[in-house]
This record gives sequence, C-alpha cells and structure tokens, in this order.
Amino acid sequence: MGQIHLEKVRKAFGDVVIIPELDLQIEDGEFVVFVGPSGCGKSTLLRLIAGLEDVTGGKIVIDGKDATTLPPAKRGLAMVFQSYALYPHMSVRKNIAFPLKMAGMDKAEIDKRVDYAAKTLNLDNYIDRRPGQLSGGQRQRVAIGRAIVREPEAFLFDEPLSNLDAALRVGMRLEISELHQRLKTTMIYVTHDQVEAMTMADKIVVLRAGNIEQVGSPLELYLHPRNTFVAGFIGSPKMNLLGGNEAAKYQAATMGVRPEHIRLSTADGAWKGTVKVSEHLGSDTFLHVESPVHDEPLTVRAGGEFPVHAGDVVYLTPEPDKVHRFDDKGLAMKGNGRAIG
Amino acid sequence: MATLHTKSAARAMMAPAVIVLLIWMIVPLAMTLYFSTLNYTLYNPFSTPFVGFENYSYFLTDPTFLAALANTLVLVLGVLAITVGGGILIALLLDQDFYGVNIVRLLVIAPFFVMPTVAALVWKNMMMNPVYGVIGQLLQSIGLAPIDWMTDVPLLSIVIIVAWQWLPFATLILLTALQSLSMDQKEAAEMDGAKALSIFWYITLPHMSRAITVVILIQTIFLLSIYAEILVTTQGGPGSQSTNITYLVAQQATSYGDIGAASAGGIVAVILANIVAIFLVRLIGKNLDA
Repeated sequence: MGQIHLEKVRKAFGDVVIIPELDLQIEDGEFVVFVGPSGCGKSTLLRLIAGLEDVTGGKIVIDGKDATTLPPAKRGLAMVFQSYALYPHMSVRKNIAFPLKMAGMDKAEIDKRVDYAAKTLNLDNYIDRRPGQLSGGQRQRVAIGRAIVREPEAFLFDEPLSNLDAALRVGMRLEISELHQRLKTTMIYVTHDQVEAMTMADKIVVLRAGNIEQVGSPLELYLHPRNTFVAGFIGSPKMNLLGGNEAAKYQAATMGVRPEHIRLSTADGAWKGTVKVSEHLGSDTFLHVESPVHDEPLTVRAGGEFPVHAGDVVYLTPEPDKVHRFDDKGLAMKGNGRAIG
Repeated sequence: MATLHTKSAARAMMAPAVIVLLIWMIVPLAMTLYFSTLNYTLYNPFSTPFVGFENYSYFLTDPTFLAALANTLVLVLGVLAITVGGGILIALLLDQDFYGVNIVRLLVIAPFFVMPTVAALVWKNMMMNPVYGVIGQLLQSIGLAPIDWMTDVPLLSIVIIVAWQWLPFATLILLTALQSLSMDQKEAAEMDGAKALSIFWYITLPHMSRAITVVILIQTIFLLSIYAEILVTTQGGPGSQSTNITYLVAQQATSYGDIGAASAGGIVAVILANIVAIFLVRLIGKNLDA
C-alpha cells in the first residue's frame, strides 16, 4: 500500500506560482524520482506530498483516501531530509525511536524495532553515540533508520545524498536501491542529479518550473525524450542540440545527438572540427570539439582511449538512426527523418 | 628555542596588566579579611583592637543572618523561576512572525536599560502604591481591596521588581537560541508525529538548554548581590522580611557603623557565593561542554 495520486495540485506563494496545475500517479512500490534543475519546484512538490506545505488547489490522494488537509504525521509517510535533521541532543537509539515514542508504542516493541533497523543499516556500533559524533554517511543512515522504523506507506527523500562526498554518494545510492528492493515500499526521491535519477528510478518525473516535462522509465526518457529540455537534461554528458542547417537536413527545427552516438574519426566524416578540450578517463575519452556547424563546442564520447589532444583536427559523424528530431516548439518528432547529404 | 623566548617575552609583557589586576583584587580582599578581625566601628574608628573571630560569630549568630540567607535564596530562585519561565514563553512568542514584531522586540528589551534604582522607585510609587499605584487602581476598579505591597508582601514585591528587570535579558538570550533552531528539525519531528507540546519538550527545550544555563549562571551572580532595589523600596523591612545577605552586610556598616562585622559578613557572603557557584557549575555547567 502506498499509492499516491496528485490531482490538479497547485501551489503558489502569494502571486508567485511555484507549481501550476499538475497531475501525477505514483503506484504502490514504485521508486519515483523527481528530477529537475534548481528551483523547478521538485522539493516543493515533495513537501506538498509530505504535508509540510499546504496545497493552494487540487487534491492529494494517498491509498484512496483524500489526504489534502491531513497533518504530516497522519499521512503515513516518512521523510529523509537533505540536512538529515537529526535531533542533536539525542543518541542514535533515541533518534530512531522518536517516531515510535510519539506514536505511543510500548518500550519492548520500540527496542525491538530500533535494534532491527540499526542492524539492517549497520548502526549497531554507533547506537549510543550522538549525531555530532557520526560521519556524514552514518548520519544519513540514522536518518533513514528513523524513517524505516515507522514502516510508512511511502518514503520521501529530499536530496539525501547532496551533502555527501562523491565516493560515499555512490555507496549510499546502492544502499538506498537495495533498501527499496528489500522493503518494496513506495519511494519518492528528489534530486537535481540526473545520474541518481537514471540509476535508481523505476519512474522519473522531469520537472521544469513546476511543470512535468515528461514521466517515464529511465530508458524511455533516454531513448525518447519528449522535448529538447528532457533531451538536454537526461544523459551525461549532455546531448548535442543543433539548430539551423544541420537540423534542416533532418527536416527538423532542432536535431539532437548524444555524445556517445557520434562516430569519431581522424580521417573523414560529416563534420570537421578542432579539439578544444580532451578528457582521457581510460575507459572513455570525452572530447569537446569546436566545429563550424554549431556555435558551442560539441561533446563527443569515444569508448576506450582515443589518442587526440587539444588542437587536433577530428571528423564527427552522427549515427543516423540515433538522431533525435524536434520541431520548432521543441517537441520531439517521430522517426529519424531522412538524412540528406 | 623560539617558543621558549617568545613565552618569556610574552610573560614579561603581560606582567604589568596581571599585577595591576591582582593588586586590584587582592588589596580589597586582604583589607576586608583584616578588618573582619578587628573591633572597628565608625563611632570610635581610632581604637581598633584585634578580636579574632568574634565578628564572624557575631554575624553568623545574628538571628537576622538566617532570615537573610533564606530571603536571598527565595529572591534568587524566585527571580530565576520567573525570568527563565517567562523568558521562554516570551521568546516563543517573539519567535513568531507577526506585524510589528521588530518594535515589540525592542519594547520587550527596554526594561533592561532602566537603572535599578529608577525601576524600583517607579514600581514602588507608580505601580505598587496602594493609594495611587496602577495595580491598586486596577484592583479597586474590579471591587477588590488594594494590596499594600511593600508592607504586606515585601519580599514578593522585590522579586517582582527584579524579575521585571531581568526578564528582558533572559528573553533576549533565549530568543537568539530559539532562532538558531533549524526548521528541518521541527519539520522532522512533525513528520515523526510529534504534537506542538512534544516538539517543545523534546526538540525546542533541549536545544535551548545551553542558553538557559547561561541565563541561570549569569543571573545568579547578579541576583546574589541585589541591593539598590531593596534600599529604595523596603529598606530590608518590615523587620528583616526583605533583607538579603548583601543588604544585611551593608546594614552593619551604614546603620550600625560596625565595619568589623560588615567585613566579616562580606567574607561570609563571598564564601556563600562560591559555594553556590561550585554547586551551579557542577549541576548545570556540563551543558556548556560540547
């Protein structure tokens, strides 16, 4: 149980509209990621679902019940905050036990659940420490522990990994994914990092300025972006979006091709360009190529090592069946068009 | 080597200041200790024979001493209770966002700038006077008999006046503590199912514990030496009902001209203050760690 339906949800602070009318269905057990650039309203949307903000209009239905005006505690949701929001004067045990204590559960049951949560999250050794004595990753786990003991209908994560260093982030990402596999509880996860979104989500909701740009599985979004915004946002490095002459060859206003879908050659190809920056990672080579076909450098990815350096001349050829076409409103067009020339 | 030289140079540089401060403290203390062993009265200041501990036994066996000790405790604890309790409530109120909150904050802090004697006189003559005081007028307007504060409840009157003066200080310190509480924690507690009262008890109050400790420590130091408010209102009376240790010590010198007994009383007060300080630091000082 953990269906969340948003119906015509609207949020405005005074005259400033953060979220114009928005509909969204989140099914039981799904891992849904809200992703978008800063200020796109993704956190606000999460807080609306949590009940920390009141909706200006519309309905929030959780498990078939109208939860629009319910206080946060009554919605059966648990939230992990970006800052972890642990209680600094309480030990790890008391932090995790707090929601159960507030629910008036008896001591034996609380201990049992806290011990279980601590064991699942590898917190046994820190159970009597205070948050101030823990590392970032451990604090993060305590925050998750505090959320799971309640056995909520759904978990809400508000950019939970953004305060961790890169290595730890990858580890915690896996842990959260594993947690989802094990608990099979609905999870809603907010992030601005499209890598997190792609790796964790069953369903990604791409937001821009409070509007849903596209909803779909990570691969759907990767393969069939609905518009130029999604095309540019999903995928790393970013898709190259070209207008003008090149797009016209595909009978489109804008043509897009991902860095990994460009064939690279030092001999011949469709576009000639000069390497501006080359990034050699060993496993991949990323090139930023200046070319007369586009004002901004084109990004190209070659698998493995590709021995060119700044200043070298290279030729780029987009793979024709991997080209995305967009019309003058920025919306995706069907088919790959027919390349002329 | 460098550090060794720097250290001795630093010591030499600091010495004058340290020595001046030391003299500043030691001389009055030593003189008080010395006077406390003499039979030194203002009626005959030229003959000051040594009397040993007689002044101490005189001061400590004075029946007023125990009364003054009790009054001091009531005064300190009473004012602390009112200022900390009231300070928390007012701080919670001022932490809310309402129209004109800045002006209200300024007004709340204002009493702190009023001199103790002035504050006490205003309270005595304009608030608590049974004939023309504001409180008396209010009581009369609803058909109750006015209270003769300074005569009937002298110690309570002093507690009210002093609490009024210190409430802004407590409020200010507690308000800043309250404002540093992150919104996230309150929201997390809300998500965890805590009601407003639980949030206050489990989140807000522990967060303020350090500030409360600071308020208690600082106020206790000042409250032990309350003098002006008593002098201009009850003068320790009626009888010794509103006499505290400080006032009793001063009385020995000003009313009875007995410098020896006053000095002995001063030393006793210093010892008592230290006992209280050690007690407080042991009891709540750990809140200041970490």
